[in-house]
Amino acid sequence: MTDIANATPAPALRLPRMPWYVAFGMGWIIFVLAVALLADVITPYVFTAMDLKYRLVPPFQTWAHPLGTDELGRDVLSRLIVSIRISLLIAFGATVISAVLGTTLGFLAAHFRGIVEQAVLMLADFQAALPFLILALSVLAFFGNSLPLLIGLMGLYGWERYARIARGLAISASAQGYATAITQLGATPQRVYLRHILPNIASTLIVSMTLIFPEVILLESGLSFLGLGVQPPMTSLGNMVGYGREYITRAAWIMLCPATVIVLTTLAVSLVGDWLRDRLDPTLG
Amino acid sequence: MSALLDLHDIARSYVTRKGLFGQRKLVRAVDGISLTVNPGETLGIVGESGSGKSTLGRMALGLETPDEGHVTFDGAPMPSHGTPAWRALRRQMQMVFQDPLGALDRRLPVIEQIIEPLIIHGIDGDHRRAGLTALSAVGLSADHGLRYPHELSGGQRQRVVIARALITDPRLLVCDEPVSALDVSIQAQVVNLLIDLQAARGLGMVFISHDLRVVRQIAARVAVMYLGRVVEEAAATDLFRAPQHPYTRALVSAAPSPGPRRIERVILTGEPPNPAARPTGCAFHPRCPVALPRCRTEAPALSRIAPGHAAACHLLSPAAKVAAR
Repeated sequence: MTDIANATPAPALRLPRMPWYVAFGMGWIIFVLAVALLADVITPYVFTAMDLKYRLVPPFQTWAHPLGTDELGRDVLSRLIVSIRISLLIAFGATVISAVLGTTLGFLAAHFRGIVEQAVLMLADFQAALPFLILALSVLAFFGNSLPLLIGLMGLYGWERYARIARGLAISASAQGYATAITQLGATPQRVYLRHILPNIASTLIVSMTLIFPEVILLESGLSFLGLGVQPPMTSLGNMVGYGREYITRAAWIMLCPATVIVLTTLAVSLVGDWLRDRLDPTLG
Repeated sequence: MSALLDLHDIARSYVTRKGLFGQRKLVRAVDGISLTVNPGETLGIVGESGSGKSTLGRMALGLETPDEGHVTFDGAPMPSHGTPAWRALRRQMQMVFQDPLGALDRRLPVIEQIIEPLIIHGIDGDHRRAGLTALSAVGLSADHGLRYPHELSGGQRQRVVIARALITDPRLLVCDEPVSALDVSIQAQVVNLLIDLQAARGLGMVFISHDLRVVRQIAARVAVMYLGRVVEEAAATDLFRAPQHPYTRALVSAAPSPGPRRIERVILTGEPPNPAARPTGCAFHPRCPVALPRCRTEAPALSRIAPGHAAACHLLSPAAKVAAR
């Protein structure tokens, strides 16, 4: 009976009940998104501004630099805020690109079968067998480095998983159930796939997105750490960790601040994704 | 009166492969069947599992294309599956499935699914009201319409599927084992509902089932299938009162009926039919209690044995009767 209550528009906005860790995850994601959107307004300093009198100031020592400064006297808090913006832009952009690409290819494979399916599966196997870092290294080495290119490249990461999931679920839906029934009603394939199959498999795809999102953040960090990701003077979370490693014994905060943000963000996304999967299923709870 | 649906000598084979490197083998699921359905008439199709009755139903709807023969609907050949013409024809012909939960999208309230054919075929009008009318026609309330499929019982779900199938006012309804997943008491309700709707709307109906009781109740004419072929076809009353083919006799005698038993119980022995290993000659001969040597080598053709009554058996053909005389 709760589903009927939810189906009719509630008179007052009521927040769905959620466990505390999901609330934390939601809160953290909203906070991080707000930071990313408001980065220009809330940074206390320009993130490249150097203040050589205050080099390697530890955190919580002075109000001027609450999270300390790095080896060039740049404010760690300002750099962290800008890094969050860049990293989230890359991670969200890449996750969305790979989800759309993979799901589309998976549906095409399930719909046309035959040679299209073979081609998609072969591409997926190729992608899975190829170390992505090597692909990324070669592309970035040949085509230079820019933010749109980096996002597009990362968008190729993980698409094969969506493609496999979408293909498998679409085939099983058409084989035995509602998809056949709706095709038999005379619906066009677009309608069957977008209005019926996609919502039915969305929960699985969202969970895969929350699994791939942290991997994209870590991949970006890895590339930046190797000096092939985001190039200085631009900064990102991975870039900060990469350049902060030289000072890990003397000024660990330069590296620990972005590392903490990476851990918390990936954890929050995973927690919320898991909860979302259950919420999106009307047959549960 | 021209036939609504005409199946002319249709056949369909599937390729099977045993094991990883096994040989490809053609299995003829449906092997040369001709049937017609007139407007407003219910044709029952009876057979064991593996007799090809579901494949026949799928070909009748154009969901599968026959390898041989052709299907005509209302005098026009069936367009091939997935073409715009085929899709547009769905307005005229609908299907009721065996598993109603599988046939419904579990993420949408049922009323939205009931009115979906109206949206698909671009039919104007008040969809919501049409949906509520359809719900009440199958004996459900407006409140049921707001529920999700998993919140309904099996019988209610099948009613929803029937309401969805009938909302575009089709002329042909194919029911593939519509009640075999339901409770016996619910079966009767759904069958009665189908009978009422069929009478009220003058639907042509193909009713596929392995349950003789149900078919006897609903069908005007019955075709009995065995391994992809029709072995006997007759008006339902004739077929159940005086079955002619040995297989039909066994089937009818196995069905429980009230009152004293009129036909002696025939118990079949031997292997149940396997379409992958079709016997030579008459496919039924290994289990037939009255088989002749001729049955092993020569397949009998479906021939008329009485007005409106056809059977495929060497013992029943006019020639055999002459010889016996």
